[in-house]
Amino acid sequence: MKLRKREHGAKAIRVISLPALCFFAMAARAAWADGPEATPSIFAPASTPASNILDLSWFVLAITGGIFVSVGGLLAYAVIRYRARATDDDSEPPQIYGSTQVELAWTVIPILIVVVLFLTTARIIFAIQDAPKPQVALDVTVVGHQYWWEFRYPKLGIVTANELHVPVSTRLEPKPTFLHLLSADVDHSFWVPQLAGKTDLIPNHPNDTWIDPYHTGVYVGQCAQFCGVEHAKMLLRVYVDTPEEFDAWVKQQQRPGEQDASVAAGRHVFETEACTNCHRITGTAAAGTFGPDLTHLASRTTIASGAARNTAENLHAWIEDPDHFKPGALMPAMQLNEEQINELVAYLNTLH
Amino acid sequence: MADQTLPIAGTVDVTPPRRSTAMLLEWLHGWVVTVDHKRLGILYLVYGIFFLLVAGAEAIAIRIQLAWPGMHFLSPELYNEMFTMHGTTMVFLVGMTIIFGFANYLVPLMIGARDMAFPRLNAFSFWMTAFGGLLIYYSFIGGFGLYGMGAAPDVGWWAYAPLTAKAFSPGHATDYWALALIVAGFGTLGTAINVIATTLSMRCRGMTLLRMPLFVWLMLVTSGLTLITITPLTAAQIMLVIDRYLGGHFFDTQAGGSAVVWMHFFWIFGHPEVYVLVMPAFGIASEIIPVFSRKAIFGYPAMVAASVGIAFVSLGVWAHHMFTVGMTSVGNAFFVLSTMLVGIPTGIKIFNWVATIWGGKIRFATPMLFCLGFLFQFLIAGLTGIMLSVAPWNWQLHNSYFVIAHFHYVLVGAIVFNVFAGIYYWYPKVTGRMLSETLGKWHFWLFFIGFHVTFDTMHFVGFLGMPRSIYTYEPDRGWNHLNFIISMGGMIQAIAVLIFAWNLVHSYLKGKKAGNDPWDAWTLEWAVPSPPPVYNFAADPVVHSRRPLWDLKHPEDPDWKYEA
Repeated sequence: MKLRKREHGAKAIRVISLPALCFFAMAARAAWADGPEATPSIFAPASTPASNILDLSWFVLAITGGIFVSVGGLLAYAVIRYRARATDDDSEPPQIYGSTQVELAWTVIPILIVVVLFLTTARIIFAIQDAPKPQVALDVTVVGHQYWWEFRYPKLGIVTANELHVPVSTRLEPKPTFLHLLSADVDHSFWVPQLAGKTDLIPNHPNDTWIDPYHTGVYVGQCAQFCGVEHAKMLLRVYVDTPEEFDAWVKQQQRPGEQDASVAAGRHVFETEACTNCHRITGTAAAGTFGPDLTHLASRTTIASGAARNTAENLHAWIEDPDHFKPGALMPAMQLNEEQINELVAYLNTLH
Repeated sequence: MADQTLPIAGTVDVTPPRRSTAMLLEWLHGWVVTVDHKRLGILYLVYGIFFLLVAGAEAIAIRIQLAWPGMHFLSPELYNEMFTMHGTTMVFLVGMTIIFGFANYLVPLMIGARDMAFPRLNAFSFWMTAFGGLLIYYSFIGGFGLYGMGAAPDVGWWAYAPLTAKAFSPGHATDYWALALIVAGFGTLGTAINVIATTLSMRCRGMTLLRMPLFVWLMLVTSGLTLITITPLTAAQIMLVIDRYLGGHFFDTQAGGSAVVWMHFFWIFGHPEVYVLVMPAFGIASEIIPVFSRKAIFGYPAMVAASVGIAFVSLGVWAHHMFTVGMTSVGNAFFVLSTMLVGIPTGIKIFNWVATIWGGKIRFATPMLFCLGFLFQFLIAGLTGIMLSVAPWNWQLHNSYFVIAHFHYVLVGAIVFNVFAGIYYWYPKVTGRMLSETLGKWHFWLFFIGFHVTFDTMHFVGFLGMPRSIYTYEPDRGWNHLNFIISMGGMIQAIAVLIFAWNLVHSYLKGKKAGNDPWDAWTLEWAVPSPPPVYNFAADPVVHSRRPLWDLKHPEDPDWKYEA
């Protein structure tokens, strides 16, 4: 009887451990891929703050892992070794009330571990948070809005939304980007895991953070502080460009809005309907600030803060009914007729 | 198993219990007007278990919505209401009521008293808490008031300003949240005062402070902590209501108020609150682990000191919830250190529990299984807590699923596991009948497996950058399979909890008779009949050690010879 129970146990362990192993392998594979990718893993850093944090993480993981193995091992050993057996008599085991030496030991050892962990952590806090800003740094002001991101480049005179462009920063030519974080309404949080830890955007409480991405590509992230109905679709894309690409992008963004006579009808719709209350297009009468700047909308990959790709059909669907992609987005359905929407989409598509 | 022949001189009443002949209304009336600590304890527990099922159902709704990207099971609005209500319910209507249910029922019995110090305050406190719960759930009907249909609060259980301002949360949902918690909070304060007064002034002869069962010690520390922490929460909520109705600007950033001040108020409550919930769970484990290991608790004085130490340090760690809000580097470093310090007394506790098991004869009854699950999970929860206390790493992990995993390891892996252990352990005392061990083992193993499938996986999806509070996620992020696994684990836990609920009902009607002392235990509550008579002890008991029933069972080797 007893034997059968044991066999049962061993089988159960095999049954459980195999899928568990596969699962950890799968998770590890996803976590350790390198470079820009769709999965914003904190184990695939591409910027100094993120990689400093990862190094510290490994150190902390090693220490906590060691504690887990030793204490967990003791616990498992005690549970197995001191289980009641069928052969036991009815007597109680020896009663032990405590031991000053042992208790002293397991108080002092954790204290030492805490000292080591604290000093290591403090060093990284100061290194990242108090890093001096070099002269060459690019300044960007990030303004969080209910459910989209506004990016302002004060020295370059650029205003854009949801897709941040920054130059790559190499060891030979460091070009970090310093972000000044503001909020227009409620709390938000700027988090692109591969580039840096998150920092909150809080009204009346300006914050700063910095990134210096050393691989080009697109890095994704999203708002990490619950900010209302569409918090889930307040997505972020950071484009890390080569210096040449970045310069070209800057030049393009500094131009006023495209004036294409063939889409004058659409432009007329834009300027005469309520669009102008919220959106701005330089070179037109539209100067609203409540919604994203649309001067170079067509140069962006996505619309609605990453909720949909920037295609003519999606733009059409978005203008007709924003709830289609983002139920609860603050942009109202504008009640335009089919012809007006088509003209509008044609116009917006020319805004490179 | 039970030894019925061990009365502490005169404590056991031999009069047979009187069959009640009351009509239904009289019976109901009896429960409503009761000031008996045992009945109020049962009311607290039944109320807590009811809301455990409600908030569990909300969790399942959340997990169905997240099982696959782009699901349309819940609308974004409803999803936000669900996670707000899940958190609020679990903390205030489940956690707080269940721990005070245990305290109410057990503290007087364990210290040889006939009731709590203030029985009427006790009844008042329960009904305040109960009305708080009803009020917040009424928001599902009345939340938008004249604006139209009802809506529950949808601002997160942390309710960060300025999302709670009138401009961003019109209607009355947020008002229900604030008012309900103020009402329930007064009930909580009343019970905390009651527990402190009871333990300090109602102990039987011979029960010195250092002979109190650890459960009573931990409830004393918890109640003291409750008094300190509920107060700033209540103050903050009153300020919020003033902002919303009287034109105050405490947290209204558009008029120059401060969002960060709300965070400080909330977390000076919120972090110690975690210890308010977990320390009674420690108390439960400190009663059950010795009994089922057949050994005295190892290092009792150190356990008491560690409890007081944790309570003290926990008051200075709140801003570790705020590493990302832009504190100075020195401020961040301070809260890293204070948070890591919590690990020392907590470590002492874990070591002492392991040392209690060491050299024992462990009986794997259901209460012990849950306690062992607790020990294992609490070890991990503590270690992920250390990871989160490392501020730079916290900048990555904060508000990600890693945090969700960590605090569910504490709240479910530690607290709920011990609450289940406590219910399996004391149900025989409360009802006179044993819970089914077969169903109990099914409950334990399913819940244990479901727990690990869900919450172990959440750590990884957090590493992969998934933030909390999102009603859906992009399909190309690499989170799909992991979320599906998490949701499946949730279903397994739900099945386990349903088995538990069935066990509660079934065993109440058909369970094996328990007798006074079914577990061969050592504290005073096992010296009286199950269920205990209204007056608990026919005569005041006298104790000479921490384990009065051990002394009686082993007159040749009593505890008082060894205790310092």
